[in-house]
This record gives sequence, structure tokens and C-alpha cells, in this order.
Amino acid sequence: MTAQVSLRPAPTVSAAVARRRRLHVRWHWLLPTWGWLVILWLSLPIIVMIVFGFNATTGKFNFTWQGFTLQWYRQLFAIPDLTNALVNSVTISVIVTVIATTLGTFLGLALGRYVFHGSGSVNLVMFANIAAPEVVLGAALLSLFLTLNVPRGYLTIVIAQVMFSIPYVAITVSARARSLDPAYEEASRDLGAGPYVTFWKVTLPLLFPGVLAGALLTFALSIDDYIITSFNAGSTMTFPLWVFGVSRVGVPPQVNVMGTIIFVFGVLLALLTALAGRRRA
Amino acid sequence: MDTVHASLTTPRTPAGEHPPQDERLPAIELLGVEKLFHSHGSTTTAVGGVDLEIGEGEFFSLLGPSGCGKTTTLRMIGGFDQPTAGRILLYGQDVVGVPPNRRDVNMVFQSYALFPHLSVFENIAYGLRRKGVPSAERSRRVAQMLELVQLEAKSDQRPRELSGGQQQRVALARALVNRPRALLLDEPLAALDLKLRQAMQLELKRIQREVGITFVFVTHDQNEALTLSDRLAVMNAGQVEQAGRPREVYEHPQTRFVAGFIGTSNLLSRRVRAIDGTTAVLEAGPDERLVVPGADLAQARVGDVLDLTVRPEKISILRVPATDPSACVLRGTVTEVVYLGTATQYAVAVTASGDRTGSAGSSDLIVFRQNAADATDVAARGDDVWLSWRPEHSLALRPGPSAASGSDPAASPVQGESDGAQQR
Repeated sequence: MTAQVSLRPAPTVSAAVARRRRLHVRWHWLLPTWGWLVILWLSLPIIVMIVFGFNATTGKFNFTWQGFTLQWYRQLFAIPDLTNALVNSVTISVIVTVIATTLGTFLGLALGRYVFHGSGSVNLVMFANIAAPEVVLGAALLSLFLTLNVPRGYLTIVIAQVMFSIPYVAITVSARARSLDPAYEEASRDLGAGPYVTFWKVTLPLLFPGVLAGALLTFALSIDDYIITSFNAGSTMTFPLWVFGVSRVGVPPQVNVMGTIIFVFGVLLALLTALAGRRRA
Repeated sequence: MDTVHASLTTPRTPAGEHPPQDERLPAIELLGVEKLFHSHGSTTTAVGGVDLEIGEGEFFSLLGPSGCGKTTTLRMIGGFDQPTAGRILLYGQDVVGVPPNRRDVNMVFQSYALFPHLSVFENIAYGLRRKGVPSAERSRRVAQMLELVQLEAKSDQRPRELSGGQQQRVALARALVNRPRALLLDEPLAALDLKLRQAMQLELKRIQREVGITFVFVTHDQNEALTLSDRLAVMNAGQVEQAGRPREVYEHPQTRFVAGFIGTSNLLSRRVRAIDGTTAVLEAGPDERLVVPGADLAQARVGDVLDLTVRPEKISILRVPATDPSACVLRGTVTEVVYLGTATQYAVAVTASGDRTGSAGSSDLIVFRQNAADATDVAARGDDVWLSWRPEHSLALRPGPSAASGSDPAASPVQGESDGAQQR
């Protein structure tokens, strides 16, 4: 009924764009250089670890380059205590990842989706858990286990690591849940699905990127945790505990090799996640 | 669960064999439906006492500005919100408290809410899977739906690979494949650009005609509602202001709000000078005549202020006094002439002050004149003109139900002319 007036962008815009383009050309090398420097800085320790796994060292200490060898890859399991510690670490991490991801996903969904009585407190406790110094958490857990007379060992390591991992999963999942349009679940209900079917067929698949990120984070935190684990390990040995224990008398190159394998495994996992995400998109 | 579902999906009355008392069984009935939202100690009324009756196979629109309660009303029919008070009947059965998955209605969401992790085929098949429809029949019905919405080629794609209009059609197919007793559409065209929206309007109308399912359509776009609906209800501030066929609502708006919201309206407020039978004669200048016919004025008394509206296309603009002595006549000065293609719009300042009009806050009367083959510009800016229209096009308005609370209950109980959804 009323006349439509179309608005065109003002012609002066192009001048500003041209100026920005000139600026862009003059400084275009700055950002890539900066980026590569940061990448180098971050990966230097990893490069050193990988390289010294190929070092033909003869002494106790593996600090100076003495030539290339694959000997340590061949004799990877030559030290029974180290192998045992690695097996403990891997199995603990898998168990912790499964438990913490399950519990954290439900907690994150509740926090992201609903405001309930006490949801503020739960949020606070989670962030306190992340912010608290690990030494304090470790010592506090130890005194708890001592008070309750729980024998320290494999079980207490799992309990401690699940405890500090849950917030990471809950936070990544709740961020995902918050950004999820509630209409998806309503549509599922509308099409005849009950609450449980809706969770399995719609909610969980849509939360999956958040769940996966939380699980990977948990695995990474769990497999190399030293401080909290050291308080609650009893006589159980994990990979980080063993490495720290032998560091004063000399770290065998097998440690570098195992570190390399864990690293490569982690990179592959991250790549797969990224690929899955790209296929999804 | 199964018993409720089964009773909702019992076969409809066979064609030609209607229930004796009513020719068309109401598909959806709302009785005194009210929805209050509580937050932080304060209570807001989203829907305040809505009564509606929607017939089977009807294309029914809920039209109103944002925040008028139309979407909340739709969500209550779908089962996503529960009414605070009142009853909602689907084919005579009270469904308040029944969850959405056990109501035999389906919804097309404003955001479409297509499952991004499923293909187009799987999206459409979702409802059939939940009902346990065997695989062969499922494929057949999904294929049939893809054909209906003309997306056969997109079956294996993900929703995000489709355009907005295609996503819209998938959402429609996903709902219709379940053969619901009513389809609820929450502003489904709002996200589309103008061209596509107009194309989809025709598409929706075609699909509704083909499947014959009751459509309840929520929109804030008056043109969309007028174009598509068999009947529509205009909502404002949680209340139904008027319900009826598009023509009735447009030609006979009953409240100030409806007159202002649908189309361009000229609103005049004048004191009643005399009552002549069923016709009220309103204050006007010399050589002018302003009358409002209608039995609904029985309550109006001399000296009262009466609100009336005239549609712009009903007014003739003349350079000489009108010859018809019974016509309404006002004198004025042209303040604006706007060429609109098919018509020319004149804004005319009328002599009496204190009038309110419907467009852009100006106090001018708006007149549309069709640009027919023999039409010439009758007047230019600054010309003195005569405005004239037939008395029956003067429509008296009453305050809407939302504004009526607390005012004189005997103000003017206008009898609606619609045959279906009446305000009670």
C-alpha cells in the first residue's frame, strides 16, 4: 500500500575499502610470521621429545645427540615397570573418560538447558573445581580417603580423575546445549517421539560435537595427570609417576618413544574429529 | 499411550455422511483458553480468554502483531505450552495435559527445526518411524510427500544443503506425511524473501487444497492472512478482536484495532448530532454530511463521541459536490498525491480537527483511486476537493475487548456476522 524505497549503500564506502586494502597489502606478512613463531614456540618441546626418542645414547642421561637409532622402538617394552605403568595409565584414562563423559554430558545438558534450583551453585562448584590448585585438590582428596579409610590405589586414582574431569565435559556440553534451538526437540516430540527416543535420536546426536570435545579433553587431562594422582596413587604406578620418579637417575629413551606414540595417537584422534566435523558441515 | 493415540486417529466421518446437528464438525475448539507466564515474581498474560472454533479442512489464520499471543495460542494447540485455564478440544476431545507426541496434530516451526544430522528422506520419515510404519509403506509415503513438495531429487541431501524455500517445503512434508488431523504453522514464511514468500503462499494454498487437512496458520502479515485464509482471527494483547472470513473482517472491521491493523484505514471521531431511526448523523461542517447507518448504534446517544472508519478505496474524490443526496460528503484539501502503479493515493486534510486516521500519524484521510484506462489525475497538491462515499461504508467501531475492560458494558455489543468462529 505504501511506496517501497530501496536503500543503496553510499558510494563513499568504496574509498574506505580501498584504503583498507592498501593497508592490508603493506602489513600482510605480519600475521603469518607471528602465527608461525607461535606454532614453533608451542611445538619445540614436542619436537625435542620426538627427536630424542631416536637418539643412540649410551649413558644414563638422554640430553645430548649421539646419533640416529631405532633401538628404543625395538626395545619399547624392555622395562617391565615402565610398561606396567603405561598400561595402568591407558586403562585408567579410558575408564575415566567413559565415566566422566557420561556424567558430565548429563550435567552439561541440565545446566545448558534448564534453570533449576541450585543450578547456580553447581556452576560455581564446577568453576571452583577448575580454578582450585591441583595440589590442594590432591591433598584434600587424600585426607578424605584417609578419613574414610579407603585404600589408595587404582580405584582412588579413577575417582580423583573423574572428579576433576567432569567440569570440563559439563562446560563444553552445556555450551553446546545452550546454542541448540529447543525447537529440534519440540519437533521430535511433535512427530510422535517420547522423551527418551527424542534424547537418543535428536538431542544426543546434536550434542555430539560437544560430548566428543569433552571426552578428548578428559583423556588428555587424565593420561598425563601427575599432581592429583601422586597424592592418591598409593603403590599403583602410572606413566607420569614413573617418569617423574626416574627423572633424577636418568630417563630412559623408551619414555620419549611412549610419549611420541601417545602424542601421535592424540593428533590422529584430533584429525579424525576435525574430519568428522567437516563431513557433518 | 496407544489407547489415546488410537482414539485420536479413528477414521473420519465418511464423505457425505456428516453428523446431523452440524454440517462441519469443528476440528479444533478453544474454550476460555488463558495462558499466564510467571517470571521473577511478576505475571504476564500472554493469552487472556480466547474462544475459537476451527472447522475441519479450513485454512484458518491467527493474525496479529508480535506479542499478541498468537504463537502461544498455536503452541497450546500443539501441546508445547499448557493453558493456565480453559479447554482445548481436538474433535471434541479435551487434550489439555496430553503431550505433543500423543496429539494428532503436527507443527511447522518458524525455524523449520529440520534435524541437521538426518537426510531429507530421514527427516520426513522420522514421524513414520516413531509410529512403526513398515519400511515399504514408509518409503512410499515419503516419496509421495517429496513429490507433493517437488523435492524428489533432494532426498539424500542434508537440510543445510537446501535453500530456505526448499527447507520450508521439507518441513511441510515432514509434518504432512503423518496425515495429522490439523497442521499448525508458526510464521513459516517469515524467513523467506518477498518473491519466494509469494510463491510459497500459492504453494501452501495448493497443498492445503490437495491434502484437505485443517491448517492453523500464524502470521503477522495481514496480506498473507487475507490471501491464504478461509477464515482468520485478528488477535491483540492476548485476545481475539474479531474472527471471520477475510472479506468480512476487511469490509466490516468491528474494532479500532482491527480497522487499523488490516489494510489502510481512515479513523474519524465525531460527536453524534442526531439519531435518525437506525442512522446516526455526526457533526460536520456546512455542505458536509457524515452519517453512520446500522442497528449496532442503538446504544449511541446524541452527544456521544463515535469512532468510525472508511476504507480508502470506498471514497470518491471529486472536484464538484456529489450528486447523490444520501452520500456522505466531506470537504478537504489535497496534501499529497502518491502514484502507486495500479492506483493513486491521495492524502486529503479534512476541515474538522480532532480526527485520527490510520496512516503514519497524519490527520489526513487517505483515498485510493484506481488507475483505470480512462482515469486521469483528478486533483493535485493544494486543490480543494469533495470526498464522498456511500453511507453503508461508514463503519462504527467499538473499543476492542482488550480495551473494553472497565468501560461501560453496554457500550455497543456488535453482533458478528461470521458463521464459524465467534467471540463469545
